[in-house]
Formats: sequence, structure tokens, C-alpha cells
Amino acid sequence: MAEPAQIEKVITDSLISFGANAEDVNRDAELTALDIDSLDLAELSQIIEEQFGVELTSADVAEIHTVGDAIDIVVERA
Amino acid sequence: MTSGPSAETHDGCAVVTGASRGIGAAVARMLARDGWPVAVNYRSGEAEAAAVVASIEAAGGRAVALQADVADPAAAGPLLEGAAAALGAPVLVLVNNAGVRADGLALSLTDEDWQRVLETNLGSTYRLTRAALRAMIRARFGRVINIASVVGPRANAGQANYAASKAAVIGFTKTVAVEVARRGVTVNAVAPGLIATDMTAGIPDVLLERVPAQRAGTPEDVAATVAFLASAAAAYITGTTIYVDGGLSA
Repeated sequence: MAEPAQIEKVITDSLISFGANAEDVNRDAELTALDIDSLDLAELSQIIEEQFGVELTSADVAEIHTVGDAIDIVVERA
Repeated sequence: MTSGPSAETHDGCAVVTGASRGIGAAVARMLARDGWPVAVNYRSGEAEAAAVVASIEAAGGRAVALQADVADPAAAGPLLEGAAAALGAPVLVLVNNAGVRADGLALSLTDEDWQRVLETNLGSTYRLTRAALRAMIRARFGRVINIASVVGPRANAGQANYAASKAAVIGFTKTVAVEVARRGVTVNAVAPGLIATDMTAGIPDVLLERVPAQRAGTPEDVAATVAFLASAAAAYITGTTIYVDGGLSA
């Protein structure tokens, strides 16, 4: 069972590795404002599946608008 | 042709579909020569695939033969996973070469002829590419090389199904290339013309007269282009189609 803090760290680190500014990444940040696009989200979904065993469908991903949305959906299902 | 593998080593392996003979076998040998561990995929030519593996190993390379009918929608994942497991490295080069023909004028083609050609030539390319991209985008390196044809971009009476499949492969190649370019993954097509293989046996000599080079190409002519596209030197080439046709398309 993954800790919420661990999930938040993996997601935050992934977004930064995709090119988001570290200082701009917080729960309320909109992914589009961080320049996170559909390819980044596809890769983030892979990372989440590998690390936490949570499979996100394209419908799930479509509902993720902020960093907090991404963290919450994984915490809920992990 | 081969003089042993190069000193270059790679962090991944290559999968070549339909590699027990013809263009696929030549591609497998040339990638191995360039230092790639290679999975030699075959559908029914077990002995031929084993011979390709033996020739690669005899030249100092690494290879494994893997059976899979890539027209089977369930084949893609297990084939790539099998290659990565057998060769101990992620699949970073995918050559979608497996292809079939079922010729006939469009007005007399059967639905089965249509489906079989589209599923093998186009469906397998889509499914294997989709599966392979996962590891490639994580690795920030990947090479997808789709074997198209001069038939598709140009007409060839009696091959409406084959032409449709190969034209679609080129369209697929371009779009996937732009989707993944910024992850260091390139996606290109190679379009052979008249190449001397089992698949082109029986094609009348009169067609050769249309080839400016006045000869049929060899599988090695095509393989050299594929090997180049797989190399680090081709990192900035993506979404394109390279014709290997002796000038036929010029």
C-alpha cells in the first residue's frame, strides 16, 4: 500500500522530469499551465501503473486537470 | 556482407517481424552486425529462423528466434515481452516487416483477402508500435521502422488491398512520428521497390524494365537503409519514407 506522500512525490518528480518548473508544481497547479500535454500524461499513466499498480483509462486521464487531481485519483485507488 | 558485430553496444534490443527470410532476415543480420541483440520473429518458418539466428551467432552477434503470428491481435505484447526477456534488454528498435499479399482485381477480391492483408500489414504494425512505444518513451530513445512499399504511394493493378495497407502504413508512420518525436523516438518507413525475394518471385521481367537501375534490388539494399535509420546517426530523421527502389519512384 503506497503512502499518499510517496504518490505525491512520484507524480511531482515525473512532472518535473517532463519539463514542468519545480517551483510551479503544487496541488492547485493546472497541468496545461505546467506545459504538461497528452504524451506526458500517457507516460505518467505508465509510471503510475508500474509503481503503484493503478491502471488509469483514457477516461480517467481526461478528468485530471490539476496536480491534485492526479494525486487524488491514485491515492484513492492504490 | 557481415564481418562480425561492430564495437558499438546498445542498451536495448531489436525485434524484426517476419525475419525468417527475405528482407526481414537481411535486416536482422545487419542490425546484429551493428551490435543489436536481435529477436528474429517468424510465423511458420522455424527452420529458416533458426538458420538466421545461427548465421548471426556465427558472425559473433546475439539473436533469438521467436514464433508469433503478428496478425493475431493478442501477439504483440507477448512477442515484445518475450524478446526483452530472452535478450535481457528492452526493445528499443522495432522493425515492422511482416507482410503478405493476396492479389486480385479489386472487383474480385474477397473480404478474407482484404482482411488478411490489412491485419497483417497494417494491424500488426499498429499493435506492435503501440506496445513498443511504452518502453521507448521511458528510455528517451527508440526506433520504429515500418516496411512499406512503392505500391501504395503509386498504383499497381491487382494489389488494391496491399496498396491500401502500405499507403496506410506511411500515414500511420508520419502521425506517430510527430506524437513521440520529443522523446527521442523516431518513426520512419522504408519503401522497397522490386526486391528479389520469395514474395516477388513470379513477377514478370517486364517490370524490371521500368526500374531505372535496370535490376531488382537485394534484401541487403533494404536492410542497409533500415540499419541506418536504427543508428544514432539518424536521430534527426523522423516521419519520413525512404524509397529503396532503384529509381522506380523518381
